[in-house]
Amino acid sequence: MTKAPTPRERKEHRASVEVPALGPVGMARWAWRQLTKMSTALVLLLLLAIAAVPGSLFPQRVQDPGAVADYIKANPVMGPWLDRFQLFDVFSSYWFSAIYLLLFISLVGCVIPRALQHFKAWRSKPPRTPRRISRLPQYRRVMLGGRDGAEAPTPDNAIEQAAAALKKRGYRVQVQDLGTGAPSVAAERGMLKEVGNILFHVALLGVLISVAAGSLFGYKGQKVIVEGESFVNTLVDYDSFNPGTNFNADWLNPFSVTLNSFEATFNRDTADPDLYGQPTDFNADLTVRDSPGATPQDVNLAVNKPLNVDGTKVYLVGNGYAPVIRVKDGKGDVAYEGPVVTVPSDSVYTSSLTLKVPDARPDQLGFVGLLLPTAVSQDGSIPKSVDPGLNNPALILSSYTGDLGLDGGQPQNVYVLDTQGLTELNSMSNSNGPILLDGEHRKVDLPDGNGSIEFLDVKRYVGLDVHSDPGRIPAFVSFLVAFGGLIMSLFIARRRAWVRATETEDAQGVRCTVLEYGLLARGDDHRLGAEAEKLTALWTSLWEDRGVREYHLKSSDKA
Amino acid sequence: MGSDINVTLGNWSEWFMLLAAMTYMVVFVAFVWDMASHSKTLGLREEERARKRAAAEQDSRELVGVGASSKAAASAGAGSSATVSGSAEEGAASARTAELGAPGEFRTSGESSTKGAGEFEALNYTKGARRPAARVAVMLMVIAFALHVFAVVSRGVAADRVPWANMYEFCSTGAMVVAGVYLVTLIFKDLRFVGPMVSGLVLIMLCLATIAFPTPVSPLQPALQSYWLIIHVSIAVAASGIFTITFAMAVLQLLQSRREKRLALGQESRMGFLRAVPSSVTLENFAFRLNSVGFVFWTFTLAAGAIWADQAWGRFWGWDTKEVWTFVVWTVYAAYMHARVTRGWNGNRSAWLAIAGYMCVVFNFTVVNTLFPGLHSYSGL
Ligand code: HEM
Repeated sequence: MTKAPTPRERKEHRASVEVPALGPVGMARWAWRQLTKMSTALVLLLLLAIAAVPGSLFPQRVQDPGAVADYIKANPVMGPWLDRFQLFDVFSSYWFSAIYLLLFISLVGCVIPRALQHFKAWRSKPPRTPRRISRLPQYRRVMLGGRDGAEAPTPDNAIEQAAAALKKRGYRVQVQDLGTGAPSVAAERGMLKEVGNILFHVALLGVLISVAAGSLFGYKGQKVIVEGESFVNTLVDYDSFNPGTNFNADWLNPFSVTLNSFEATFNRDTADPDLYGQPTDFNADLTVRDSPGATPQDVNLAVNKPLNVDGTKVYLVGNGYAPVIRVKDGKGDVAYEGPVVTVPSDSVYTSSLTLKVPDARPDQLGFVGLLLPTAVSQDGSIPKSVDPGLNNPALILSSYTGDLGLDGGQPQNVYVLDTQGLTELNSMSNSNGPILLDGEHRKVDLPDGNGSIEFLDVKRYVGLDVHSDPGRIPAFVSFLVAFGGLIMSLFIARRRAWVRATETEDAQGVRCTVLEYGLLARGDDHRLGAEAEKLTALWTSLWEDRGVREYHLKSSDKA
Repeated sequence: MGSDINVTLGNWSEWFMLLAAMTYMVVFVAFVWDMASHSKTLGLREEERARKRAAAEQDSRELVGVGASSKAAASAGAGSSATVSGSAEEGAASARTAELGAPGEFRTSGESSTKGAGEFEALNYTKGARRPAARVAVMLMVIAFALHVFAVVSRGVAADRVPWANMYEFCSTGAMVVAGVYLVTLIFKDLRFVGPMVSGLVLIMLCLATIAFPTPVSPLQPALQSYWLIIHVSIAVAASGIFTITFAMAVLQLLQSRREKRLALGQESRMGFLRAVPSSVTLENFAFRLNSVGFVFWTFTLAAGAIWADQAWGRFWGWDTKEVWTFVVWTVYAAYMHARVTRGWNGNRSAWLAIAGYMCVVFNFTVVNTLFPGLHSYSGL
């Protein structure tokens, strides 16, 4: 335990902070010494905590790039400045990285010497018995022998027995000065405390390196699959793909996944209207092939139950409805037929739909609108969805014709239709009104002979996240080591004990042996006194029949 | 997990929660009463002793002596500090044997002596000190805790899941854990001096739950249905319970060390109630032991959260707001753990770090859960 600094210590402390007038090597050595000080580590830890806070105050690109863009748009003055200081990328920013890198350099500089020192301590013997054991924080004396005139063990004998008993208690022991009349044993236990401390710090470094490896060599991809469709783990098949900085596409393992069916369960308990219709369970039924020729396996995918294909994990992250639509163009040909993925926007799965039909002739067609899973219309007004379940699916759409602008080569968001430059055929505000399709009205002709749209069916789709993070397992193992090390370090006590035996006579003139023993803790150890008591009990059980009693000056004249 | 909600039981749960809150209020009053009366008794005793000594020594600077000697006694009692000098032990030991005389002189292995065992002796219950108000407070607290446990458990049964999925449940279950941790430590150590603060905090948490975040019983969303949720949140709440108690001790430590300083300078301290509180060194050492356990729990929380996130969202760490704050709390307590062995950072500064850490815990559980967007914003508000 470190005591409050005495004035003199403080002065020394100050002296060591002053920059010595040394050359570059001296400066470097001085900087290194400053960096590897405990107080530096402490300040760096606090700085790290403070530096992490902005990461919760501002939207972060790692979390949601869209939110960052919106934030910058909403704050045109502050936004770019915040961006310049990397406040939207806190955890990959220069300043955050600088803090943790310094911290870990400090850690290495701190732990390596400690580890070496401990290795030496481990190999060497417990230190020599101090001349004055009585100076130790815990000090006791007992007198052996004299019970019904029983003989005491000789000092040498007593020390050997005490050493054996201490060894059994987990101490490593070193017997000294046998045959000198004042033999002693030096003992030490809890060497694993320091091992734990070192393991803990090294394993933290392991966690950091694992996480870094993950972000270098891992990847993340998203894919939406509609019931009945498949996905193959290749670069082209992804809707979006974020490789790690050093990722190589050849590393993708070629498994495939087919979505057989998807089921969402909703709360049907009417007791609390607020909760009615909340989702309670999502479940996807998949067929998985580990590699192109492998036997297919049926797998169940749920929200907290990812699929693991050789370390690549597939997560169920989203779901929704995909109405199956057939569009015929002005020439009467089928220009589109298939499911259209919609984006749910509320708790009753009112989902927005965007359909671009670039193959329609003579003019391209575009549709935007809503899918209502359970459409209910009151008094002829526009229908609304009242339930997330698929009870009365309906589509309300606006339609457009013209050049969709897809041929220009500019990438477009599939979920947004730019209606500028298009001719509106149907809409709320238009005399033709919107297109309304449901179970009864399956097909509508578009105005002015532009073709027709037919509502065939509704399928479900799932959004899958595919992740490969080679750092996951190493990070987990490092954590386990760190955790074990932490527990060892915090709850093992490191203590030294010394026992010395000398001869004396008690008041009755019986030859007795005085056993004096002291304990010293490394760090603060509130159980040191208890350990001293335990040792007393140990001696008592060893020599009970010969007599063990408190030793006091009056009963002896030869102390 | 199904969603069989039992509304009647849910209502009962809410009634019991209110009842528990009211009982805690009485507990709080009783604890404050005890602090006032007990420190007054101690003060009178101190004065008595001082008067006797003054009469004997004819010394006008008695206060210096009182301050110094009480401090020395307290730090000696801390046991872990090196101030327990060998000679004092020796003296005590020889006095004891001299008294015992020859017959019972020899030790037997059945004998278990705790004298000098030094396990925070200053925090052991002392015989003979009658504190009726404290007894009432502790007894009522046990009753309040029983009501509280019933309220929380019945809510869990009513909702057919673990009762910590929204703010109401976080607060009420968290308060229960704080009270539970406190009552358990009371079995081993006389921590009644933190009673006013702990019962006050429990009361505040229950008021927050029932007034600020009332939420009817509801089932869980799919993203929350995992046994990792149970593990993660229960350990987090347990850690917070421990941090609550050590926070109270850190505050007392700061006040106590101010008082000790004043008394050492021979000045008077107006914070007489601190007479019933152990020395700042004892507080610091004991809080450190508790905080080590809390830190281990929090480390586990962090990891369990990462495992849960890995299963639910496909990444074990994504710097979600909640994750950021869990990390901040962890780092601050890591700094605290270092502070204890860093020269110039132990004592009051480490107490400040413990307080800062606790502020982050509170922030994490309240503001972050309610105001910040993120994957964890399932708080039902
Ligand atoms: C990533 C940053 C770090 C974290 C999270 C951290 C955390 C901790 C924790 C929780 C403890 C207490 C438990 C134990 O004894 O093992 C501890 C102890 C310790 N740390 Fe660190 N540490 C970090 C970096 C450092 C650095 C950079 C140094 C050196 C300058 C250092 C030196 C020590 C020492 C010497 C102890 C043991 C104190 C004793 O003897 O009881 N740590 N650390």
